[in-house]
Amino acid sequence: MAYSEKVIDHYSNPKNVGTLDKAKVNVGTGLVGAPECGDVMRLQIEVDEESGVISDAKFKTFGCGSAIASSSLATEWLKGKTIDQALSIDNMDIVEELNLPPVKIHCSVLAEDAIKAAINDYRVKNGLPEMVAEKKAH
Amino acid sequence: MELKLPIYLDNNATTPMDPRVLEAMLPYFVEKFGNAASRNHSFGWEAEEAVDYAREQVANLIGADAKEIIFTSGATEADNLALKGVFEMYASKGNHIITCTTEHKAVLDTCKHIEKQGGQVTYLDVQADGLIDLAALEAAITDKTILIAIMYGNNEIGVIQPVREISKIARKHGVLFFTDATQAVGKVPVDVNADGIDLMAFSGHKMYGPKGVGALYVRRKNPRVKVTSQMDGGGHERGMRSGTLNVPGIVGLGKACEIAMHEMEAEGKRLAAMRDRLENALLELEEAYVNGNREHRLPHTTNISFKYVEGEGLMMGFNKNIALSSGSACTSASLEPSYVLKALGLGDDLAHSSLRFGLGRFTTDEQIDFTIDAIKNTVLKLREMSPLWEMYKEGIDLNSIEWAHH
Repeated sequence: MAYSEKVIDHYSNPKNVGTLDKAKVNVGTGLVGAPECGDVMRLQIEVDEESGVISDAKFKTFGCGSAIASSSLATEWLKGKTIDQALSIDNMDIVEELNLPPVKIHCSVLAEDAIKAAINDYRVKNGLPEMVAEKKAH
Repeated sequence: MELKLPIYLDNNATTPMDPRVLEAMLPYFVEKFGNAASRNHSFGWEAEEAVDYAREQVANLIGADAKEIIFTSGATEADNLALKGVFEMYASKGNHIITCTTEHKAVLDTCKHIEKQGGQVTYLDVQADGLIDLAALEAAITDKTILIAIMYGNNEIGVIQPVREISKIARKHGVLFFTDATQAVGKVPVDVNADGIDLMAFSGHKMYGPKGVGALYVRRKNPRVKVTSQMDGGGHERGMRSGTLNVPGIVGLGKACEIAMHEMEAEGKRLAAMRDRLENALLELEEAYVNGNREHRLPHTTNISFKYVEGEGLMMGFNKNIALSSGSACTSASLEPSYVLKALGLGDDLAHSSLRFGLGRFTTDEQIDFTIDAIKNTVLKLREMSPLWEMYKEGIDLNSIEWAHH
């Protein structure tokens, strides 16, 4: 199976690889997937407490090229967005942007899950109720 | 020597054809196109002569008699013919077959089919190094057992089963022994008499011959083995496999066997040295493990897991320049990681992290150097990107985490 140019570009030059200090109250961490399934994504957001805008986002991903590209793209999209705007990121947006084939759609779902998990972690840390995520089929 | 890219290290999937094989085949397409079964004219005689010669070449490589070679369309067909053919031919003696969990799908799925036809099949587990447990094999034999089907060399990990010990057990209990030797014939010395083999499947395209041709060895003496044909028709191949003979393919298989006979020993040594160099260099990486027994192994194969990186992601780092396979789920249509690696007791995570290297006749030292660098660099790069590697480095036990299985 051939990869799209955008997947290759994110894989070769991933954006925002790294780790934020998860002890900080304005950092939300989402860890999704499982090693047995061949994909684990950790996505972190740092929220500017005054503006409520995501000022930084980092990821680390264990997975195929499409999983790496999906999480790299997600971190790019997250930066500069408010939490509400971030919640509106849909996995199909990622599929479209990266031209993912049907067998790789689960990578985009995982990225969306990682965004939601990171936001939830941030909310819980800041005394807000956890959102009940709608479950997407992987 | 100059480095030639891309590098092909997937010789267990298929091998390029040796130009000498092609040369031998070429006259049999246009000029000498006869049907080997045409008994009444020179076109037929010419084709039959070529087939007879190839049959000798094939038989010589495995220490068989030419009459014991049944040409097929490949190893899958030979596996089917051996298993189904014995199951049907020896139905009055019993209905039990013993095989193992790391066999090729052509054997496992045929066994599943036989079970649906009323057969009983025992699938022996393998040990952590991929070898079967001989005591377990012997214990599995019942008075209904007609066949032991254990492969010679494994396609994914290269492990060579103790064929001679298996055949001794089979003989002792009056059970036939069939081996799928697709990866072994032409790579390591295989002798049907010394090894005690009753039936053996192999194919052309794994030993620098053409695709679409293979053979089933069927013993004629001590004991005389028979299989029920699975293809009805003109009664070719002593009635065991009907169908007009693929003359150019058979000529190619014969030539490939002849070349292997002369070059196998030196080639095996050369490939083993290169394989070991590759393996040892890659094992310098932390948390890298060889899958399967390293001693009883095909000379050209190694299978290595690079913990905390995923196989497909890993291959993407160099697949423009290097072709190889992974046990990762992502490379298969089923999204399941390699059942062979899982049979060794590897966790899914390690199975996902594996690469299979299959060296071949045309692999060069320069290519191995390039491969070592490319893989090391990619593993290091991906580990920097891997949350699992970070956790491992922080001393977090990954098994202590509740993963969200999806």
